[in-house]
Amino acid sequence: MDVPTKEERTAIRESVRQLCRDFPDPYWREVDKKELYPHAFVDALTKSGYLAALIPEEYGGAGLGITEASIILEEINRAGGNSTACHAQMYIMGTLLRHGSEEQKRRYLPGIARGDLRLQAFAITEPNAGSETTRIETRAVRNGDRYIVNGQKIFISRVKQSDLMLLLARTTPYDELQDKTRGLSAFIVDLRNVKGKLEVQPLDLMINHHTNTVFLEDVEIPAENLIGEEGMGFRYIIDGWNAERILIAAESVGDGRWFIERASKYASERVVFGRPIGVNQGIQFPIAEAYAHIEAADLMRYEAAAKFDRREKCGAEANMAKYLASEAAWEAANVCLNTFGGYGFARDYDVERKFRETRLLTTAPVSNNLVLAFLGQNVLGMPRSY
Amino acid sequence: MKILVCVKQVPAKDSPLRLTEDSTWIRDADLSYETNEPDAFALEEALRLKEKHGGEVVVASVGPARVQQAIREALSKGADRAIHIDDDSGSKLDSFFTAQLIAEAVRSEAFDLVLTGLQSDDLGFAQSGVILAELLGLPHATIIMEVEVIDGRLKVKRELEGGWFQWVEMPLPSLLTIQSGINKPRYATLKGIKAAKTKEIRRVTPAELGVKPDEAAARNQLRRIYVPVKTKKTEFIEGPPKEAAAKLVEKLQREARVL
Repeated sequence: MDVPTKEERTAIRESVRQLCRDFPDPYWREVDKKELYPHAFVDALTKSGYLAALIPEEYGGAGLGITEASIILEEINRAGGNSTACHAQMYIMGTLLRHGSEEQKRRYLPGIARGDLRLQAFAITEPNAGSETTRIETRAVRNGDRYIVNGQKIFISRVKQSDLMLLLARTTPYDELQDKTRGLSAFIVDLRNVKGKLEVQPLDLMINHHTNTVFLEDVEIPAENLIGEEGMGFRYIIDGWNAERILIAAESVGDGRWFIERASKYASERVVFGRPIGVNQGIQFPIAEAYAHIEAADLMRYEAAAKFDRREKCGAEANMAKYLASEAAWEAANVCLNTFGGYGFARDYDVERKFRETRLLTTAPVSNNLVLAFLGQNVLGMPRSY
Repeated sequence: MKILVCVKQVPAKDSPLRLTEDSTWIRDADLSYETNEPDAFALEEALRLKEKHGGEVVVASVGPARVQQAIREALSKGADRAIHIDDDSGSKLDSFFTAQLIAEAVRSEAFDLVLTGLQSDDLGFAQSGVILAELLGLPHATIIMEVEVIDGRLKVKRELEGGWFQWVEMPLPSLLTIQSGINKPRYATLKGIKAAKTKEIRRVTPAELGVKPDEAAARNQLRRIYVPVKTKKTEFIEGPPKEAAAKLVEKLQREARVL
């Protein structure tokens, strides 16, 4: 892969910004209020090839790196949008790209790159497993040329808006395993043609994420849809975690910049007691402080992305970037809400919506406590805490 | 068809506009830039004509190194190559100078059609296009809302005042100034951005074209620019309610012009 030039990265940023201009605040406000999926936005993004940034050119994508992919998601959030509506496509692609067979890649990737196929659902979490992925219970049992799947998944977003779903299921019972990280397998489920019963129950959440509980009853998956080797699914998923953390960091930076921009503008314009509220250091300094934290987190994000793109180990940097950026975005969100005062709670100002959305990033797709646990244990060599 | 599109880079709409100390310009350091919106419509029209009739779309832009961003954007959207007339002489106020630079840069190429935006979002003179037509010896039409190429001739729809339109038939080659809203400009695609990297950008200077910035500077002089002063006035309307209401309605109609 050619390393894109600075000008190319600027061009990507500018082009996404331009596209986002056609989807201003009222668009996202309505999508959120009516709990709609932002189809028009996702279509525009897909048609212009942005969601296929990571797909190699030979499969119809742009063949770019995580740095460029992260710029795309950052700009969406920075423009006031919400890239969680489509970011999963970028994460999930990694599993298929790195571990899928040539036949699977040829079958799915060109369609995804063209925008004919949506791969945005990722079914891992279960009610009884949470962050302890190795304890998931959904079973996939091989029967001839297919697997029969039974179980339940929770917090599975965009199942109804996707054509394909990546599923992690147990192919060897937990008790029979010596290495507890084995025994799980990754599958591609074609949601357009499900054999068996796949029931999707929407969850009522504080964010507009189209998140569901998914019940699988005798769902048949052709054996050819198994990704890589049976029993290696957890390893494949972990492989995608660094990319996911870097992208989440970039989204957080985008959110943070949106909050800082809105807060500093409002603080400069809102006049109370005869002067703009921004002259008060109680207003001004928290905004400046949050800004500094966002910019610092952004440096770690680029460090992690650069290492990832050079195929170097980047677990520490990716985790730190995710932690620093999501915490900085949450700080900026609170600062922004404080600056807007009562108006911040009014939907018309969009602060409350972004506030809800950015809060998620400290919790999902991985809780920041688990990020700290990773750093404590794997980077600093302290005893395992869980 | 061989089509030339003239693209200008202008301060972004959301840029903070602060004046320089001598009040003769806005502070460049504060600005971010974007492609002039009417030019984006002109580019889109050119790309559509190329898709329909084949040929080539060439982009020309005048300005310092930063205008390459606008050029690259056009190349990312599908233009085939570009001409960058590298000029930072500060004679940006003179439409004749701009038109002269473009005319000299493209004179040796036989373009079938030249498109410009109707006007620029920053200065809004709407002159560069028509002067360029004159310098190149081409017929021109302005405020174009629709372009058709039929049997080697143009049929174009012009926007007039009061919701009226005018259809004009013209020969080729010609120059058209395109009105905003004529189409929906496409987004640059990721693949387009990558492809733009290998497309040709020919750089020329005013000196190479034999055009002298000093002459342009002598034609125009900007004395002062200023931010309009906002005033606020509260007026009490006295009298019985009926008369006061009538006076209020009159003021709203005639002075505030909101009714």
